[in-house]
Amino acid sequence: MPRLPLRLISISAFLLLWAVAASLAGRSEVPGPLAVAAFIVDEAAEGALFYHLAVTLARVAAAFVIAMAVGTAIGVLMGQHRRLDRLLDPWIILLINIPALVVIVLCYIWIGLTEVAAITAVALNKIPNVVVTLREGARALDPRLMEMAQVFRFPRLRLLRHVVLPQLAPFIAAAGRSGLALIWKIVLVVELLGRSNGVGFQIHLYFQLFDVAAILGYALAFVCVMLLIEFLAVQPLETHVNRWRPGASFRAA
Amino acid sequence: MLRGLRFALAPGSFTCLIGPSGCGKTTTLRIVLGLDRDFAGTVRRTPPDLRMAAVFQEPRLLPWRTVEQNVRLALPSQQQDRTAPDLDRLFAILGLEEQRARYPGELSLGLARRVALARAFAVAPDLLLLDEPFVSLDEHTADRLRAHLLELWQSQGATVLMVTHNVREAARLADRLLLLNGRPARLVGDVVVPLARGGRQGEALARFLAALGREHPETVLA
Repeated sequence: MPRLPLRLISISAFLLLWAVAASLAGRSEVPGPLAVAAFIVDEAAEGALFYHLAVTLARVAAAFVIAMAVGTAIGVLMGQHRRLDRLLDPWIILLINIPALVVIVLCYIWIGLTEVAAITAVALNKIPNVVVTLREGARALDPRLMEMAQVFRFPRLRLLRHVVLPQLAPFIAAAGRSGLALIWKIVLVVELLGRSNGVGFQIHLYFQLFDVAAILGYALAFVCVMLLIEFLAVQPLETHVNRWRPGASFRAA
Repeated sequence: MLRGLRFALAPGSFTCLIGPSGCGKTTTLRIVLGLDRDFAGTVRRTPPDLRMAAVFQEPRLLPWRTVEQNVRLALPSQQQDRTAPDLDRLFAILGLEEQRARYPGELSLGLARRVALARAFAVAPDLLLLDEPFVSLDEHTADRLRAHLLELWQSQGATVLMVTHNVREAARLADRLLLLNGRPARLVGDVVVPLARGGRQGEALARFLAALGREHPETVLA
């Protein structure tokens, strides 16, 4: 298995390059990896790091769940009903093209500087992507399997669980994976603009102090959290969902 | 593509629908199944909620469920718990004991066809519809599956309607042959197979097929 050593080499090379570049620059605005690591350790010992990470993570989770649920429902309906698709398609195009910042600002103005506004803004930014992806998924549903289910009189729930969802799973996974990355980036902006805690708020604070080590420290810490989620939750889930595919056991080995 | 089509199936009978490709056999089957609703006419099922099962031209298995799950999922809700029906015998008859935990993607077409048959028989249907279930199988496998089909039909007492363009297959399996031909297609023949099930081979079968061919050359030989 040459995968792990190669990754380690890649990460070490990145850290080395960073350290060299920082020492060549020789300014406090370009901190080296050690300075950033020291900040992370201090902030973690104080407890502030975990508090802000947790707050941001909770917002990411809430917005993610809402965006996936609403987007999947709308996308599947649009994929299956042509009229509804024609009716809602312009709205989706509009929503996809409105800059995230505009949605955030409008939500804060109309709903107020509240948690609801923050999460609504993030979800609204993600929903159209989920809709478009899941609409493709619903269009790709195999009519032959649907007919089979109809002949054998599958009740609605059995149809959904055993016939429809497994066909949508790759599309849900694709929407989820790109969604997680997009959502946490937007959550930081939302926090920067109108919340008084979370990673985005901290970065805003340290931006005013020009403390780059702190900015990088928070950013890196959150990236690490997202990577952990990817390795501990997303990838095992994918392996489980794809276990039926020919060669799945081979790939997992 | 169909016109003036009218037939009734006696309970427990085995009927084959024969005709040249593209004459509307599959469409007829889909209308009976309720999958095609774009037609003028009526389909009367007695009782109206009679249990149907189908074996399509392709196996139509759920690739993300194991062989056993594919069969169990077709069962009515009251039989969904693992204990209810005895599938062991069915899997044994069809030679699927070894395949129960495998996924359809790992099976050959012949095995996948057997799973589709197992699924149809597991629900103990009142009416079983088969659409060329043995096409593109080697003759040996097809023959064994035909024997399984007869065995299961005789033990379950389902009414069977099977589409095929293989007259020999039809004459060996069915009590009655419905011949479909023309454009739009109509029923051109309704033939009772006069042979006992044991005697459907060699000379007797050849004589019956020859007579059928003389009477309906454009349908049977096409």
